[in-house]
Amino acid sequence: MRAQGNDGHRQDGGDLPVQFRYEWCKKCGICIAFCPRKVLAKGQKDYPELTDAERCARCKLCELMCPDFAVTVAERQRPQAAAEGETK
Amino acid sequence: MPAISEYLRSGVLPHIWCPGCGHGIILAAILRAIARVDPPKDEVVVVSGIGCASRAPGYLDFNTLHTTHGRALAFATGIKLAKPNMRVIVITGDGDAAAIGGNHLIHAARRNIGITTICFNNSIYGMTGGQYSPLTPVGATATTAPYGHLEPSFDLCELARASGASFVARGTAYHTNALTDLVYQALENKGFSFVEAISQCPVSYGRRNKLGDAAAMLTWQKEHAVNVRAAAKLSPEELQGKVVTGVLHNSPRQEYTDAYAELAARLSQSKGGRPA
Amino acid sequence: MSAARLIQGNEACAEGALAAGCRFFGGYPITPSTEIAEMMAARLPRVGGKFIQMEDEIASMAAIIGASLAGLKVMTATSGPGFSLKLENVGFAAMCEVPCVIANVQRAGPSTGGPTAVGQGDIMQARWGTHGDHPTVAFMPYSVRDSFDLTVTGFNCAEELRVPVVILLDEVIGHMRERVELPDPAMLSIIDRRRPDPSVTAPSDYLPYDHSAEPVPAMADFGSGYRYHVTGLHHNERGMPTGKAPEIDRLVRRLAAKMELAREKYLLYEEHETEDAEILVIAGGSPVRPAKRAVRMAREAGIRAGLFVPRTIWPFPGDRVRELARTARRIIVPELNLGQMVLEVERYAYSSGAPVKIESLGRVDGELFTPGQIYTAIQEALL
Repeated sequence: MRAQGNDGHRQDGGDLPVQFRYEWCKKCGICIAFCPRKVLAKGQKDYPELTDAERCARCKLCELMCPDFAVTVAERQRPQAAAEGETK
Repeated sequence: MPAISEYLRSGVLPHIWCPGCGHGIILAAILRAIARVDPPKDEVVVVSGIGCASRAPGYLDFNTLHTTHGRALAFATGIKLAKPNMRVIVITGDGDAAAIGGNHLIHAARRNIGITTICFNNSIYGMTGGQYSPLTPVGATATTAPYGHLEPSFDLCELARASGASFVARGTAYHTNALTDLVYQALENKGFSFVEAISQCPVSYGRRNKLGDAAAMLTWQKEHAVNVRAAAKLSPEELQGKVVTGVLHNSPRQEYTDAYAELAARLSQSKGGRPA
Repeated sequence: MSAARLIQGNEACAEGALAAGCRFFGGYPITPSTEIAEMMAARLPRVGGKFIQMEDEIASMAAIIGASLAGLKVMTATSGPGFSLKLENVGFAAMCEVPCVIANVQRAGPSTGGPTAVGQGDIMQARWGTHGDHPTVAFMPYSVRDSFDLTVTGFNCAEELRVPVVILLDEVIGHMRERVELPDPAMLSIIDRRRPDPSVTAPSDYLPYDHSAEPVPAMADFGSGYRYHVTGLHHNERGMPTGKAPEIDRLVRRLAAKMELAREKYLLYEEHETEDAEILVIAGGSPVRPAKRAVRMAREAGIRAGLFVPRTIWPFPGDRVRELARTARRIIVPELNLGQMVLEVERYAYSSGAPVKIESLGRVDGELFTPGQIYTAIQEALL
C-alpha cells in the first residue's frame, strides 16, 4: 500500500501502521535511519513517509526513537476485529 | 496504561529542542515509565533548573516548576518535605546538575529524600551555544575550549552513589526501552533515585566535534554502552571509552520525609516541653 | 495577652512567624540570625510544621519557595552574606509571585564584616539586591515587640500581595532581650493567600498569572487539582514562557506595581512629636532607641525636635516625609551605614521644594549610636 502524500499535515491514512504528526516533526531522520525494515524514507519536503505498509513490522522503533512525539504506530488489528470494522 | 500523549501540554508543542536532539527521546522514555506507574496527574510535580533539558517540564501536564540554574533539587526538597505524598521528579542537565548544582545533588542524595532525578547528559551546555560542562570529555572542542578541553569529566553516577543515593542507574537515548525500565525502577524506589540518561546534542556538540548527525551519535551510544553485568567481566583497558549502563546501585534505606514524620509522631506522643 | 516574657528580638520574630501560621522554615546558620532557625527547629515539628537546615543559603531560599508553592506559609532567616547568596532566588519568588518571608538580621559589613556587630548596610540591598525590575517589600522593626508585630505583618503582606517580604532586623534588635507580652495568636488578624475556588474556576480555565485579577492572581497549591507551570522566564497568564513584547511589558509592569499596592495597604510608620518639629530625626531599627532619648533630651532643652520612624522601609513612606519636610528646618538621619535610607529621605524631602537641610549621620564601626551622639547632631543643627 503506497503512502498518502503529505503537505506538512497529519498523515492519518486510517489503518496505516505508522502515523506522522508533521506539525511536530523536525525531519531529523532518526526514524528513517533506524527502521529495521527500511520502510521509511524522505518524502515530500523531506518529511518521513511510510513507503511499504505491508513490510512494516510495527516494531515501534520509529515511535520510540522519535524525539518529537511525532510518530505513532498502530497496533496490528485482529483479523476478526478487522472484519467487524473495529479499530483499536 | 495511559498513552504518553495524555501527559503532554499539546498546545505548546512542538518543543524547542533542535532536530535530532536526544532530549525528546529521553522525555518520551520517562513518560512511558510514568504511564507504567500511572499516578494521578495532580500528585506529580516536575522540577527543573536551567538549560535545554530543563525546558522539559513546560511541556508536561503535571505541576511543573522551572527554577534557577542548578537549584532544582533544593526547590524540589521543599516541595517534597511540605507534601511528602507528591511524586517529585527532577529533570536536569549535565551542567545544571554537576557544575552549579553539584552541591545540591550531593545533599539531596545524602538525605535520601524521595525525589527521582533524571539527568539528561549531552556532555555540553547546549542552550547557550556549546560551552564545556563537567561532563565534557577531555580533548573535546567547545566554544570555551577552542583548543581542546583540558579537564577530566565526572562519573556522575559514582558521585550520586557516594553521596548516598539509594538507587543509581545509567541509560541512553538509544536504548530507550531499557531507559524506561530504569526510570520506572527509579520511580518505585522510595528514596533518592538518580538516573543519568546519555543524550546527544548534534548541533552544539556533535557538529563541532565531528561526531556526525543525530543518527550517528545514537549509533555511538549503541556501540559504546556496556551493560554493568558485562562490564564486570571487562578489564579497565577494555572499559576505556565505554559507557556502563544499567542499575549501578540499588540499596533502599529510610527516606528523609519518612524519618521526619517519625520524629513528628514521636514528639506528639511525648509529654511535650521544650528541648534543652 | 500571654504572660510577660523576657525574650530576644530573634525569638519574637520566630514567635511572630508561628503566630502568623508559618509551617515551613528552611534555614542555614549565620550569626546573628541563628537563634531564629534554632527556635523554628524546636517548635515547628511540634505544630505539624516542617523545618530543614539546607546545605547553604541558596538552597534554603529555594526550599522555602518550593514549600510555598506546595501551599505552606514559609520563612527563612539570615544575615548579610547569606542574604547576598539568596538574592537570585528572591528574584525568582518576585517573578513567580511566591509568598515568602526572609528575615535579615543585619550585621556590620561589608563582606564577612563583623558577625556579632550591628549594622544597617543592607537597606538598599533589601530593595534592589536582586536584578531586574522587581517588587520586594521590607519592614524594619525597632524593638523586640515590633519584631513580633512586623513579622506577622510581613506574612500577611507576603500572602496578600504574593511577594517576597524582608524583615530587616539588626544584630542589636535581634539579640537584645526585652520584657514583652505577646498577643494571643487567635486575636491576630491573619491573611491567607487567595486560592482559586473549584466551584467557580475549572482547572482548564485557571490563570495563575491573571493580569486582571485584583489585587493579585489567585494562587493554587501544587497538588490541589490545578496543574500549571511556574517559570522565572517572562511568561504569559498561563505561566508559559513568552517572547512577545506586549506580554512581557504587561507582566513586568504588573509585578513592579505591587510596590504601589504595598504603599496603599502596608505603609507603617510612627511619629513622635513631629507636629511642630523644627529638627526632625528619621530613624529605623536599633537607632530608634537612642534617637527617642535624644529627641526627649532636646525637648527638655527647649528644642523643637521630633522623630519619624519608618517601620515599612520599602516602599519608603516618602509622602509623609515630604509633608514633614515642609515644616522642618533640618532633618537628621542616623543610620548604621554611610547613608542609605537618607537617599530616600533626600529624594522626597527635596521634592517638597522646602529649604530643608538634610544631614546623614553614619556609623559603620560595628556599634550603635549613643543618645548623646544624636543629641549633639540636633544641637549642631541649630547653629
